[in-house]
Amino acid sequence: MASRAHLVGALLFLLAAAAAPVLPDWIVSLATIAFANALVVLGLVVMWRAGLVSFGQALYYCIGAYTVALTARWTGFTDAIGLVVIGGLAAGLVAVLVGFLIARYREIFFAMLSLALSMILYGVLVKSESLGSSDGFSVATPTLLGFAPHGETLGHILYWLTLAVCAICAVLTAAYFRSVAGALATPIRDNEIRVEFLGVSVTGIVHLKVVVAGVLGGLGGALAALAIGHVDPNMAYWTTSGGFVFVTILAGAGSIAAAFIGSLGFEAVRSIAVDAMPSLWQMTLGTVLLLTILFLPDGLGSVVSRLRKREGAAS
Amino acid sequence: MSAILAVSNLEKTFGSIVAARDINVEVPAEQTVGVIGANGAGKTTFINMITGHLTPTKGSIRFEDRDITGKPSRDITRMGISRSFQVAQVFPTLTVLDNMCIAAAIARRRGGLFGAISTPLRSPDAMAEAEATLELFQIGLYRHAPADTLPQGIRKLLDIGMAVVGWPRLLLLDEPTSGISIEEKFGLMSVVMTALKSRKITVLFVEHDMEIVAKFAERVLAFYDGTVIADGPPAETLGQPRVQELITGVRVKPAGGAHA
Repeated sequence: MASRAHLVGALLFLLAAAAAPVLPDWIVSLATIAFANALVVLGLVVMWRAGLVSFGQALYYCIGAYTVALTARWTGFTDAIGLVVIGGLAAGLVAVLVGFLIARYREIFFAMLSLALSMILYGVLVKSESLGSSDGFSVATPTLLGFAPHGETLGHILYWLTLAVCAICAVLTAAYFRSVAGALATPIRDNEIRVEFLGVSVTGIVHLKVVVAGVLGGLGGALAALAIGHVDPNMAYWTTSGGFVFVTILAGAGSIAAAFIGSLGFEAVRSIAVDAMPSLWQMTLGTVLLLTILFLPDGLGSVVSRLRKREGAAS
Repeated sequence: MSAILAVSNLEKTFGSIVAARDINVEVPAEQTVGVIGANGAGKTTFINMITGHLTPTKGSIRFEDRDITGKPSRDITRMGISRSFQVAQVFPTLTVLDNMCIAAAIARRRGGLFGAISTPLRSPDAMAEAEATLELFQIGLYRHAPADTLPQGIRKLLDIGMAVVGWPRLLLLDEPTSGISIEEKFGLMSVVMTALKSRKITVLFVEHDMEIVAKFAERVLAFYDGTVIADGPPAETLGQPRVQELITGVRVKPAGGAHA
């Protein structure tokens, strides 16, 4: 079963990659952003399974994005792969530090503390005139392994890079979920005392989840910064965090694929909604979320597991 | 015989309240010890100090000739002391098998955070261990039932099973029969005790039902006012006038008595 899921996932990723040349540019760039954001959502899923909701995941998204932009600006290093790795590591480092503070908190306190930390970063960036204050600044055009693509080619290369990072993260996250540390999510949500008495530090496990989610958030932000070509403090603003939580509810925490499906679905619905009724697009999004919660309480991802279950019952 | 657990001069105070004092106990390996006493007599405080949930104010606790006084409960668990709870502590939304499997995987993991990442949850070894423990506690039938749908007795067995799946050498049972109907108590205790004997586990169990204590304990510790007032074989301890007066509530017979 697990190997079949891997196969299906790999095929879908390859299909998504192969489709790039035939798709219009705007879809490719939209999909790049959707896949980059899906990494942040995947991080939220990691914490969500343990009953933890972060309303400040944009902190890591923004750190990843600004790290990429600042590294390119200050050092002239523009290799896309290198920048993405640095962005992820920087966010991971911040998550290690933040974890010492928030790993002891749960529920609304966890959510609000993470929100507060992201808003501190927002406040600092808005006040930093050398970083363009609230306007932000542009990201240098990235290179890849010595090549300097531009125009349509650059768009495709960034799209493929994003897909590759997503595939690697999906595989690693799946491995993490199979480990004791990753599997200790529902148990922590259910009964922390029991986990502690089985001989495990709950705080340590939660800290690790914060870091995993932080690295994923940073990678997402780094890829988004390259794809958009611009960073600004709004990347740390609470509505950005709220957007990620929105997609997580839409996607559900049932599977890794759900994060990607949810993120793509969200971008698609938003684009269509903005195009069809520019002044009412938020209402459309809200309606979609409401319908999802009413009819698919476990998110879009649960459609897959329901089908799988039905298939299992039939055979 | 060398003691697996040696407690000396143990004392715990909360401000001016003395919850435990002058506790001196040595438990040889594989002994089954019943712990009795009225509510507030210090039984649970005693258990909590051994498992590291409370840090003693004074005194020392040695387990297998290592000093464990004041160590964190996680470390103590890893050294081989497990416990079950008065109210069964399981993972309610997971199935019985998953509950057991998680406990087994945690017990088998390599140390530290890296160990937790590198140890798989469903390794064949952990699964086999989980299945074996389900059989040992005779709850294999409930394997796929979510824990929150279980009858109280089965939930208790699962709770104790999760404490046993990691092969502890010392197990502390806090009121294993609380919340269980009188008809079920003896059945539950014999399943538990048979399982524990088969794994050669030293047991301390807190119990209020004196018939259970008399039947299953090889030795009884009677707590009163934070300290041990009697320590010996069940018939002897339960027969002491002070124990009867202060704990079991049996009227002291003027001459001779049932246990003479």
